[in-house]
Amino acid sequence: MNMTRRDSLMLALAAGAATVLPFRVDAAAEEAISAFTGGADVGTGGITLTAPEIAENGNTVPIEVDAPGAVSISVFATGNPTPAVATFNFGPLAGAQMGATRIRLAGTQDVVAVAKLADGSFIEARQEVKVTIGGCGG
Amino acid sequence: MADNVKPRVRVPRSAAAGETITIKTLISHPMESGQRKDSDGNPIPRSIINRFTAEFNGQNVVDVTLEPAISTNPFLEFQSVVPEAGTFTFTWFDDDGSVYTESKDIAIG
Repeated sequence: MNMTRRDSLMLALAAGAATVLPFRVDAAAEEAISAFTGGADVGTGGITLTAPEIAENGNTVPIEVDAPGAVSISVFATGNPTPAVATFNFGPLAGAQMGATRIRLAGTQDVVAVAKLADGSFIEARQEVKVTIGGCGG
Repeated sequence: MADNVKPRVRVPRSAAAGETITIKTLISHPMESGQRKDSDGNPIPRSIINRFTAEFNGQNVVDVTLEPAISTNPFLEFQSVVPEAGTFTFTWFDDDGSVYTESKDIAIG
C-alpha cells in the first residue's frame, strides 16, 4: 500500500481523534452532525422526535421522527461510540416524512434528529433518554 | 454470515387510490455492531444490514441508511402514497454483500 503524505496525516488525525474520543464524546457527535449539514446553521421547530424519557433496556429503544417537508432525516446518538444511527431519505412516493425504528443507546444521553428541508435548510430536535442498562455489550 | 435471515413486511391488502398507508417491516438479523467482544476478549467483526429501500412500481418511497446503532432485528416503519394498484418491493443490503428482497401486492378498492 502506498502511503502518501495525505494518508499518513489522515491516519495521525484519526489516531488522535480515537484517543480523545472517550473524554469528548459530544464533540464526535457534533462532528457527525456537521458532516450531515455541511456546517450550515441548524434551526429548531417543525420536527418531532419521539423517544421514551426512560429506556430500561438500551438495546432496543423505540424512536420516531417526523418532519413535514423534509428531504431526509438523520438521527444521532450523542453518547454512542459511533454517533450516527440512521438516515431516512424520502422518495417521491413517501406518504409522510416520518420514520420509526428501534435503536441502541450506550447510556443516558441526548438523541438528536436533524432534518434537511427541500429548500436546503436544516432543523433539529433533541431529547434526553435515560438508559438503565446500556446497549453496546462490553 | 447471518443465518435464518427472514424479512417480514406488513402492508394493507387494499387502499383507496392516492391514500397514504403505513408500512411496517422487520427482518431477523443479529446486527453485530463491531463493538462487542467474545469470551476471549477478541472483537466480534461488524456484520449489519447497512441499507434498506422500499419501492412501489419502480418509484422510490424511502431509502434508509442503517448504522451499527440500529437494534437486532431491525424494525422500520414509514408511510407511502398508493397512486394505483401495484407491487411494493423491499430490499435489504447486508454488509457481506447479500441482498434480501420481499414484495407485497396492493389492490385499489
